[in-house]
Amino acid sequence: MSKTTTPREPLFHIVKRDELTAKQATMIRVAAIIIGLIVCAIITTILTGDNPIKVYQTIFKGAFGTTRKTWITLQNMSILLIISLALTPAFKMQFWNIGGEGQVLMGGLAAASCMILMGDKLPNAVIIIAMIVSSIVAGAVWGLIPAIFKAKWNTNETLATLMMNYIATQLVAYFTILWEVPKGSGKIGIINQDSHAGWLPEVGNKYLLPIIIAVLITVFIYIYQKYTKHGYEISVVGESENTARYIGIKVEKVIIRTMLLSGAICGVAGLLLSGGINHTITTTIVDGQGFTAVMVSWLAKFNPITMVATSALIILMDRGAGEISTTFGLNESFADILTGVLLFFIIGCEFFIRYKLSFRKSNGKEVKA
Amino acid sequence: MSDTAETAVSFRGVTKTFGGKVIANKDVNLDVHKGEILSLLGENGSGKTTLMNMLAGIYFPDEGQIYIQGKEVVIKSPKDAFDLGIGMVHQHFKLIDVFTATENIVLGLEGKLNIKDAKQRILEICDKYGFEIDPDKKIYDMSVSEKQTIEIIKVLYRGAQILILDEPTAVLTPQETEKLFMVMRNMKADGKSIIIITHKLHEVKAISDRVAILRKGEFIGDMITADSTEQQMTDMMVGRAVKLNIERKEPKNAKPRITVDNLNVRDMEGIYKLKNVSFTANSGEVLGIAGISGCGQKELLEAIAGLQKIESGSILYSQDDKPDKQLVGMDPRAIKELGVALSFVPEDRLGMGLVANMDLSDNMMLRSFRDGKSRFFTDRKSPRGLAKNIVEELEVVTPSIETPVRRLSGGNVQKVLVGREIASSPSVLMTAYAVRGLDINSSYTIYDLINKQKENGTAVIFVGEDLDVLLELSDRILVLCGGEVSGIVDGKTTDKNELGLLMTKKGGDNNE
Repeated sequence: MSKTTTPREPLFHIVKRDELTAKQATMIRVAAIIIGLIVCAIITTILTGDNPIKVYQTIFKGAFGTTRKTWITLQNMSILLIISLALTPAFKMQFWNIGGEGQVLMGGLAAASCMILMGDKLPNAVIIIAMIVSSIVAGAVWGLIPAIFKAKWNTNETLATLMMNYIATQLVAYFTILWEVPKGSGKIGIINQDSHAGWLPEVGNKYLLPIIIAVLITVFIYIYQKYTKHGYEISVVGESENTARYIGIKVEKVIIRTMLLSGAICGVAGLLLSGGINHTITTTIVDGQGFTAVMVSWLAKFNPITMVATSALIILMDRGAGEISTTFGLNESFADILTGVLLFFIIGCEFFIRYKLSFRKSNGKEVKA
Repeated sequence: MSDTAETAVSFRGVTKTFGGKVIANKDVNLDVHKGEILSLLGENGSGKTTLMNMLAGIYFPDEGQIYIQGKEVVIKSPKDAFDLGIGMVHQHFKLIDVFTATENIVLGLEGKLNIKDAKQRILEICDKYGFEIDPDKKIYDMSVSEKQTIEIIKVLYRGAQILILDEPTAVLTPQETEKLFMVMRNMKADGKSIIIITHKLHEVKAISDRVAILRKGEFIGDMITADSTEQQMTDMMVGRAVKLNIERKEPKNAKPRITVDNLNVRDMEGIYKLKNVSFTANSGEVLGIAGISGCGQKELLEAIAGLQKIESGSILYSQDDKPDKQLVGMDPRAIKELGVALSFVPEDRLGMGLVANMDLSDNMMLRSFRDGKSRFFTDRKSPRGLAKNIVEELEVVTPSIETPVRRLSGGNVQKVLVGREIASSPSVLMTAYAVRGLDINSSYTIYDLINKQKENGTAVIFVGEDLDVLLELSDRILVLCGGEVSGIVDGKTTDKNELGLLMTKKGGDNNE
């Protein structure tokens, strides 16, 4: 037999792993974050010449440097967390609700309109109740419309929810002109600045209310998904509509019910933004968080508890961005680069949780043959 | 191993593991001779398909060598395999529906494309081996057996000398199987080596020259088919003696349980899937349903289960002296609330009967999650208990009841599903292809479970594809052909030939 072609194994091949234990998977994720931070440090040094440790410190200081900064960070975090939690049941059902932005905005608009139309005419308690009810209903309706289309005619929910965002923005733009103060300014400004009518009451300090609500919703969604019949139905519908029908779950009903909930919680976020934090409504009040929340929810694999960490990471980087831009004279986008690199590692490590590379063993084989 | 014949393929010390723990093949030494038909026999998960996939370039062995015509080779991809003259016909066809036979066959070949020449060559291949196909027919117009023919021609067209057929007969009627075997004999006469994976022992006897047996990933031994019996093969495969017949007791106290009358079902395009179907399923009896796949079996079971839109007709449920209940227009939940204990083991186990990503105990909950004291919260304790029971009683091999069912092997998945469905002591049990892809041991476990239900007075409707099993298990056999009932025969007196004819006879006597 000729020895002209020595067969060689490929250098490495990709092998599916056996399922890892939760602990091993966590180790891989932690390792990924550490490697990500190291890569970020290298990039920082190369691009800016600044000391990466200092940059990290500054980012941290930007978020938690003073008591006030810490409270704002926590408040921002809770709004992002609430929106992420709102989207999660829909995602669990594999209903890709990317209309969080619009649902929050509608909630905010409803709350703001109560403040404007009822302010100083009705008792404050009545106004606030009206705000709560109307913002929840408005958010829910914004979630309901694409859900009905999906349930009845199986339309693509991604497109429908996305388009609903633009309608919401236009509606807010319309009412902004209608209610602008002063005329011609193109904005509503702080509503009821003197009477504070319809301003959500402060609990403890002015930052705490959204935080408390975020904690409550986190617990609620966790229990709802894990221990209730509704939550179970959502998982079954998400995994397989065929199975759902097979056991007599009405898929249409579950889709509509879940999107009502998803939209309603978004409405609460809108209520907090407009009635509790900003006391106004603008087209940009949600600031893209309806989309950021998609990422937060996915990164946490739809686990409400993990979502606390993922929303913290995003907000930390976001808050730190401003700080490093002033301290180091860096562009604010620099923090985005760092966030991007970190996310790359966090998401990329999922590959290594599922697969491993198996390298060619050195020579041993040829000797044996 | 004999050295008299020239070897086409040799495996030497081939080992393949998945994720380090699951050993699919361990130190396999196996020879395939030139011009022979070798049956590869083994239970589910014994590593037959994995071993063949390594030959076809889909997997790469962890250890060991493969020799083709005596030369050591490295097969890194299906293309390498083709270049070495190895072709594999998989269980699931890989064809493009909107393309013609010819287009599918030449798809992926390099060089200039000349459809006319290709067609000529295809016809030559057909002539040589006795295939019957129309090269211009589109795949979506083809029957399963025609599609399989295309797959086989595809590998022959690429000049395969070594063919691997993975459970080719699972989807064929007896007549089609006979045709396939004829073609295989022609290919063998032409000097090709054929490896066939099958679970059906009588087919092993009918077609192969030699049988190689794998058990738990290891090569156990081989024997000349002509010199061995089915019992010997089974014992070697399982590793201990197995009883090879299904007990069929006389139905006791059989009374109508489900009466289907003039049932019509049409699909979305308005084509009749079931036409004027009428029959009765009795309590304490197994009603077998035979037919070529896609003849309305799925629609019939789903219609009874409340999953199918029914155009006209009636499905009556009778029990004891209670008034009959009409099941048409009910969904599964409404049927349950009527007090009808109807269990259904669907064909698509992981896509319908179970949720692949959920664990055993959550899958038990599918049937019971609405029960329990609380209106809002699920009761997780009883499903866990049920899961534990099923794992113990049916000997389900699983790391734990928290393991997602997708990680279980086919036989264990089916045990979990059947176990759950019979746990509610059903009055009607419907199973679709309950033993498809299952090895002998698991299959017999399922037959036993079905027989036990029959003894308990359940009306069992058993849709099957293996006629031998249908003949042994069923008290009566209903044959569907093109959505119509072409005959209802007595399971004890009929034979395979009669069934085969009924399966291809449209509409019964009166319609011809």
